[in-house]
Amino acid sequence: MNAMNMPNAAKPPLLETRELMIKFGGVTAANNVSMQIEAGRNLAIIGPNGAGKTTFLNICTGWLKPRSGKVFLEGEDITPLPPRKIVRRGVARAFQIPQLFTEHTALENLLISASAREGLRNPLQNLHNIRQRDEMMHLLDLVHCTDVADRVVVELSEGQRKLIDIAVALALKPRLLLMDEPTSGVASSQKHEVMEILVGALAEAGVTSVFVEHDMGIVARHADEVAVWNAGNVQLRGTPEEILEHPDVIRDVIGEEVA
Amino acid sequence: MSDISQHSTSRGAVKSGGMPSLRALLTLLAVLLLAAVPFIAPSMQLLINLALAKGIAVLGVTVLLRAGQVSFGHALFFGISAYAGAFLMASLPAADLILVLIAGVIGATLSGLLVGLFVVRYRGIFFGMLNLAFSMIFWSILEKFYHVTGGADGIRLPRPTVLGMALERAGFEAVIFYLSIALMVVLGWFTLRWFASPVGQVFQTIKTNETRLEYLGLSPKRVLLSGYLLSAILCGVGGSLMAMTQGVVTPEYVWWVRSAEMVFIAVLGGAGSVRGAFIGALIYEIVRVYASAYAGDIWQMLLGAFLLVIILFAPGGIMGIADGLMHRGGKSLTSTRENAE
Repeated sequence: MNAMNMPNAAKPPLLETRELMIKFGGVTAANNVSMQIEAGRNLAIIGPNGAGKTTFLNICTGWLKPRSGKVFLEGEDITPLPPRKIVRRGVARAFQIPQLFTEHTALENLLISASAREGLRNPLQNLHNIRQRDEMMHLLDLVHCTDVADRVVVELSEGQRKLIDIAVALALKPRLLLMDEPTSGVASSQKHEVMEILVGALAEAGVTSVFVEHDMGIVARHADEVAVWNAGNVQLRGTPEEILEHPDVIRDVIGEEVA
Repeated sequence: MSDISQHSTSRGAVKSGGMPSLRALLTLLAVLLLAAVPFIAPSMQLLINLALAKGIAVLGVTVLLRAGQVSFGHALFFGISAYAGAFLMASLPAADLILVLIAGVIGATLSGLLVGLFVVRYRGIFFGMLNLAFSMIFWSILEKFYHVTGGADGIRLPRPTVLGMALERAGFEAVIFYLSIALMVVLGWFTLRWFASPVGQVFQTIKTNETRLEYLGLSPKRVLLSGYLLSAILCGVGGSLMAMTQGVVTPEYVWWVRSAEMVFIAVLGGAGSVRGAFIGALIYEIVRVYASAYAGDIWQMLLGAFLLVIILFAPGGIMGIADGLMHRGGKSLTSTRENAE
């Protein structure tokens, strides 16, 4: 179906997948996944380990190519594109294990991101003197990391690295940010604080987000919408209230911990 | 492969820590001292000139070390540039020195682009060995196509004119010597600035995280190619100067030992250090010449042992030792001042 022919949709969804299929050996990690992600929402993806949540993010960002099916970004087929070309179209990614330049400082990671965004090429300009420095300092402030701006990434805590990783993605000024377990590795006492910071930063930047999460407290408090993944497909989708009280979710995803 | 570039300071170029003014002052003094060599130690002029030419080529290897890549075949660009100049002089005997240099740089740039497009797909040992393979292929061509290349005997590179003037040997040697110093300063300065620039900093992230690079919307291959081209050009400039200094180019210019020598000097001076490339080259040439004169066949063993000591006890190379001394000196100066206050 062409996005132009969609009923009641003058504008195609921000991201849409149609019948995505991918297998790793005998395991089907994406089994006919069709879903739409509308702009301006924070969508949480939950599900048991091995359900295909990260695989979905990897396909959407071009890291993995589906055996069949397609990914559309505002109606444009981005399935064959490499990650860098998808990034340039406004889709950024934050990772479960932060992907940072470990020999650079937190601020330099952001400055490099801004340089990539702006395509800075002047070989005689110092990275620290680029016009976007104030903007990056503001971004560090948004994620409450100004105090570690000049510290090398390897010296930072896991929680700080997570925030810097997300800030690096935000520095690209994306329309859509895909995050894989943004609060994993963060102390449980700080998870809500970190998530508050993140959601605030996303709202200020006007970024739509999709995040994989295992902590149902985080999902209940910070997601606008929840999609439940099971055996490589979307089993359920709805508001956090609807989903987290659904018997199937309580049995298959939440388990006895909450029940 | 152990990362011999791990001690390079990618951040150092952006925000040079320690005592930049003292470092700049010492650099200036060293350059002035070099410029005075023809007057205070004329017998050393040729030796220093060869070291400067090698130093510029080593700077090319240093660039790649900043991205965590070691090339064992960069003598290829050194040799191609030298042969480009020699062929130019053979077909255009009245060619000027600047033309010879430009021909060499063009040769190194084009070959750097061709080889680079292929080797930037690989990393680590494969990157290093593929570079070696390309250099050895070119070496074989130089050896076998002797009717064109002169074979093992090489090609003579007659003295080019300098801005239209035909100079005698001494005059020409002085011009080449000061041109080498000028190029050392300009290219060294440029490389330092490039390292600190957004494009240079992006290049250095190849060493730490290519996944993030891709997710910043950049192609790691293209980023590596940009630095590879710079490194090829630097090696080309070095090769061109060496050829004009020696007046003859031979396949030995691209022989694998020459490539290994460049890596050796880069590590000796301080892997990833711009100043280290030149200090390493100067020390290497001086040790090589005097050790081979006085220690006969064991000079390579002496150099090998020296490198072993550097890697084991001073992995930052000679520049690492110098920086350590400067920091210590700076600290004691500060504490002295604090005590005085």
